[in-house]
Amino acid sequence: MRKLFFRQIFFIITSFFGVSIICFYLLSLTTNTQTQSNIISSLQETTSEESPKHVPKKTNVVQAYFKYLNQVFNGDLGISSSSREPVTSEFLSHLPASIELVFLASLIAVFIGLPLGVFAAIKHRKPTDLIINNLALIAYSIPIFWWGILLILVFSLSLGVTPVAGRLSFLFDIEPVTGFILIDTFISEQPYRMDAFRDAIQHLILPVIVLATLPTAIIARMARQTMIETLSEEYIITAQAKGLSSFRIYWVHGLRNALIPFTNMLGLQVSTLMTGAMLTEYLFAWPGIGKWLLDALDKGDYVSLSGGILITTSLVILINAGVELIQAWLNPSIRIKTRVYNG
Amino acid sequence: MRMIYNPRSLLLLLLPWVILACSDDRTKSVIDTGLVYCSEGSPDSFNPHTGTSGTSFDANSRVLFNRLLEADPVTGKLQPSLATKWSKSKDGLSYTFHLRKNVRFHTTQWFKPKRFFNSSDVLFSFNRQRQSDHYFHYFKGLNYNYYHSTGLAKNLRNISLLDNNTVVFHLDEPDHSFLFHLTMDFTSIISAEYGEYVQNNDIVRENFDNKPIGTGPFMLKRYQLDAFIRYTAHPDYMDGEESIENLVFAITPDPTLRYARLISGECDVMAQPLSSHYQLLKKNPELNIQQQAGLNIGYWAFNTLKPPFNDVRVRKALSYAINRETILQTVFSGLVESSDSPLPVTMSPHHMDNIEKINYDPILAKKLLAEAGYSKGLEIDIWAIPVQRPYNPDGRLMAKLMQEDLRNIGVKANIISYDWGTFLNKVGEGEHQTALLGWVADNQDAGQFLSTLLSCSARSSKTNRAFWCNPDFDDLIKQAQLTRNPKIKQLLFHKAQEIFRNELPWLPIGSGQTIQASHKNVKNLRIRTTGGISFIGVKKVPAS
Repeated sequence: MRKLFFRQIFFIITSFFGVSIICFYLLSLTTNTQTQSNIISSLQETTSEESPKHVPKKTNVVQAYFKYLNQVFNGDLGISSSSREPVTSEFLSHLPASIELVFLASLIAVFIGLPLGVFAAIKHRKPTDLIINNLALIAYSIPIFWWGILLILVFSLSLGVTPVAGRLSFLFDIEPVTGFILIDTFISEQPYRMDAFRDAIQHLILPVIVLATLPTAIIARMARQTMIETLSEEYIITAQAKGLSSFRIYWVHGLRNALIPFTNMLGLQVSTLMTGAMLTEYLFAWPGIGKWLLDALDKGDYVSLSGGILITTSLVILINAGVELIQAWLNPSIRIKTRVYNG
Repeated sequence: MRMIYNPRSLLLLLLPWVILACSDDRTKSVIDTGLVYCSEGSPDSFNPHTGTSGTSFDANSRVLFNRLLEADPVTGKLQPSLATKWSKSKDGLSYTFHLRKNVRFHTTQWFKPKRFFNSSDVLFSFNRQRQSDHYFHYFKGLNYNYYHSTGLAKNLRNISLLDNNTVVFHLDEPDHSFLFHLTMDFTSIISAEYGEYVQNNDIVRENFDNKPIGTGPFMLKRYQLDAFIRYTAHPDYMDGEESIENLVFAITPDPTLRYARLISGECDVMAQPLSSHYQLLKKNPELNIQQQAGLNIGYWAFNTLKPPFNDVRVRKALSYAINRETILQTVFSGLVESSDSPLPVTMSPHHMDNIEKINYDPILAKKLLAEAGYSKGLEIDIWAIPVQRPYNPDGRLMAKLMQEDLRNIGVKANIISYDWGTFLNKVGEGEHQTALLGWVADNQDAGQFLSTLLSCSARSSKTNRAFWCNPDFDDLIKQAQLTRNPKIKQLLFHKAQEIFRNELPWLPIGSGQTIQASHKNVKNLRIRTTGGISFIGVKKVPAS
């Protein structure tokens, strides 16, 4: 376990260096080329006076890189050239919107995908299994942007059931306290707070469905696969022979064992969700990290772009490593395997 | 498994929908007294003195501030605003303004004014632009473009305060357009008291512009970049409080999303519909479509400082090679007035109707090109405007059509684009060869329009994108501006347009129509000939 822990730490550090070199390169490109407006360059000149941030043009690249790393570790990612705010605070102000979306989508994915998969496994090779499996395959292959536009066309424009985009109707004035719209509307002191809360939920429905579609399908298919394997184990047959209720056999004994390989794959879904979130946010004008990054790209705000990429990739790396550690802690067989592999 | 089929748990599933369905009266009042405007972009700043884009003026000067005078949005006539009376001296060199009394600035969370508006605020608003050592003059790339391009920077000698409510402006030379300048966004009046407050309390200087204080009908409440701007009605507004209590600009750069938001009712009013959405909007019975010939011009400017564009034959050849009719039909869907003069057709009577037409003639174009020594062809750059403006709804498409036309006369055109801020800056610096751009008039004043876009002095203020300089043309404009006789004035302007036609520093393309779409329950929304939008006096009738 300790070896695995150190291996993970090593993995985190090397990947972080890789990512930071790319981001540093991206940033240094923009300070050198002529592609930016006078406003941007004059801004950068002034910001370099205010904060120690400055990437020298023709001095030692390695020195400049370590200076940059130093700033990054002090939480200074530079000043955004479009909003003139520190990139770190910009990132933090957009983060809750993304977390809210990703969290709700993963809840849906797990609580719908998992039972569906298990159900399909129980009904293996029966019509129910076929239907679920094929639906999952379709959901798995739908391009997110097409699916999102389709839902907007049907539910927002034709039926008028859900709003087109955004997090909240514009007329509700809610003070951003936590940044999570559901919490903010709930704790707000406005007389219309409950309506705002309902409105926020309505705004969440479509983006969450769109974002959850792909992971739900993946989880359903994975759950079905591992469950089929588990159900063919001898102890299940023993349990059936003992006369246990089918509910206990499938949902308690079976599922518990099927979950072990499943948790690892669940961790890998984090990056799927992150990329999905970018597209979803863009489609629904959802003011989260994804839309912020795409807007920065659109405006040529490379300072925000490089800073944003650095943080998001680092987050994905950390989450993946964390999931692997949790899994090792859950499942002794992995611990043993690593011990064998590492001598 | 039994649990799932339990009828009580089914009821639980229904609960969220029941909650979602109901709504109470307090919300209704918020919706009835609030108005959402889907705007096309974020403002550069809330500072009305810098900046040149209509998008910014919509969000700052037209909502938050007032000026000494106001031009009627439809007729263009001068109207009193912060100045109630004004008079001109006989030599035309000084103007006296009597200011309105008891006008209050906004009281917000960040500043509470202790006094009424007075003459020191007028002085402060102009000193900020004219004095380079002023505390609020220069920080982080602020440029007072209009102050320079209108010639005030050179011509305004002094401002003297006779008393709290009387201001005198002294000019070096008579300027017929002076009173019109005072209706323009860059002459918005800001609060001197707020300036002192920011300076004395060591508040970051940017906050003076980021958290603006004005006298206008609405005050800023909250702004989230690229998301929304929230205003509330100014309770002590000089002409009475607006009936719209909450005004929100929903910043929606994507025109299709803007359209969707309008259709679904998330927005009450929308900016700049795509001409391809126009027919759909027209068909919708819930919407009100207002349209008007625009007071603007879209053009293709040649940088006359750079060869081969210093050769008039090349400029003419390129102009004759372009099939403008196709462009007007394809890019504007026909919602446009074509023009062969630099002035919009609607700027009558100064627009010259019988000016020699710029006809599509590729054969003549080829001949001219050969005469200029480019019989083997030429390679040029076209800088295409990256945003949607009334004078050019789709710069890239227009550039592509032109690319095809130019290929026919052996000219290879490369299309170049940058983001909007960068684009304007680089064009202002003269880095382009040719550029597709345009201009929205600030008022009916033809002299100001021509001198801002084509005079020699406009080269340094970055608004003469052809960098063309013709002293005869400048003289004619100046004379026309000083003449009182309307017949002579018209003649002089026509002569100037003939010089333009012979030199063709740019190819005029057309004046796009101003189109405004709103829901039927929004009343009193007027269409501004000068573009942009104003919510003064707008009402919302509660939906039954």
